[in-house]
Amino acid sequence: MIEIDNITKSFGPLEVLKGVSMVVKRGEVVSVIGSSGSGKSTLLMCINGLESINSGRILVDGTEVHARATNINTLRQKIGIVFQQWNAFPHLTVLENVMLAPRKVLGMSRQEAEAFAIKNLSHVGLGHKLTVYPSKLSGGQQQRMAIARALAMSPHYMLFDEVTSALDPQLVGEVLDTMRLLSSEGMTMIVVTHEMRFAREVSDRVAFMHQGRIHEIGPSEQVFDTPHQPETINFLKSVL
Amino acid sequence: MLDTSLTSGDLLFMLKGAGVTLSITFWAMIGGTIFGLGFGLARATATWWVNAALGAVFDVFRSVPLLIQFVLANSFKSIIGLHWSAFTIGCVVLAIYTSTYCAEIVRGAILAVPVATRRAARSLGLSYWQDLREVVFPIALRSALPSWIGLTLGVMKDTSLVLWIGIIELLRSSQIIVTRIQEPLFVLMIAGFIYFLMSFPISLLAKRLEKNWREYE
Repeated sequence: MIEIDNITKSFGPLEVLKGVSMVVKRGEVVSVIGSSGSGKSTLLMCINGLESINSGRILVDGTEVHARATNINTLRQKIGIVFQQWNAFPHLTVLENVMLAPRKVLGMSRQEAEAFAIKNLSHVGLGHKLTVYPSKLSGGQQQRMAIARALAMSPHYMLFDEVTSALDPQLVGEVLDTMRLLSSEGMTMIVVTHEMRFAREVSDRVAFMHQGRIHEIGPSEQVFDTPHQPETINFLKSVL
Repeated sequence: MLDTSLTSGDLLFMLKGAGVTLSITFWAMIGGTIFGLGFGLARATATWWVNAALGAVFDVFRSVPLLIQFVLANSFKSIIGLHWSAFTIGCVVLAIYTSTYCAEIVRGAILAVPVATRRAARSLGLSYWQDLREVVFPIALRSALPSWIGLTLGVMKDTSLVLWIGIIELLRSSQIIVTRIQEPLFVLMIAGFIYFLMSFPISLLAKRLEKNWREYE
């Protein structure tokens, strides 16, 4: 379970998160929508400790992410994240990209890590691209590799930060399909996205962020079909 | 007896000098690279005041002509009664000088690794040092290599300045022969050719490495 309890976060004078609270249960898929600059991506970065917070707290399976005593590297093994920019390690092949963290962080043997990497890469449809370098992949393939790389740590949670925003339109589908697959397998996911149809389809709940706050959160159909807040209505009008 | 034409003994003498040149280059590059890595890493990661202090010291070493550094270090050695050979002094001074340039190469290469790539590494649970070792260094190495090779070739030519503290390397050995046979053009052409023969394989090796690594681009 991820418990976000009244967190605030500022970059200098700019307050990006102004008291955000949310609970995500195991097996749930929650999409976070909202216009650019509303704090969606920052929220994700805070959940796995890539960004610090100013106040409040975030608990992942009961462990406080930003507590001094927390081993953040261990905690991050539970939380996979995929970014808008796919951030492949350019000097490693596709297979090596996926094997790196399991070998170095989990201490898997080469054979073990390789077998598991092949399994994960096949799962996202890249079983035939094991020995090529990321630069030889399309954007959609690189993004799927990034998903496989995160899955190779056997995370309990997956965070997706606008993973299709930097892709050519014809490549968006393959990445969304991979995410659909994960959600159908019961993966707990928090998905920051601009793909409204996708959000509606896969999410159990949808959170609408506006000016650093969660303005409205509820079951997917409710938020999309009968939004309560005028800001949500305006936002949905502008994007649908 | 004074022979006024180039003898095989002379050639051997020059080749010995070339050996000294290579040897000084080798030690200067070893020392310069090890310290350059440390200093470069410090400059890329340390707080601003460490960075500023290192930068100031490096500026001194890089702005004072190498020749002056050799002579000063050699005299200073005698003053403080350090029993180092001129060869050792030459290697040490050149290594320090090299390390300041190498540090800038290392710093630039580390800072050129995208922050987003490093975040991806950390997000997988890699520690700060694992990120440096497994992701940052390998990527930085590839972008630093051409400059580092350039540095090596430069240092090899800079070694000729150690003749001022009494070391007989390739250039000094050529001068000695020129003094005797009075054929400066001819002898210096041979010396130049030997420098080329020593540099060329390094350039070739670098090209080859770059080509292998380019596969990932």
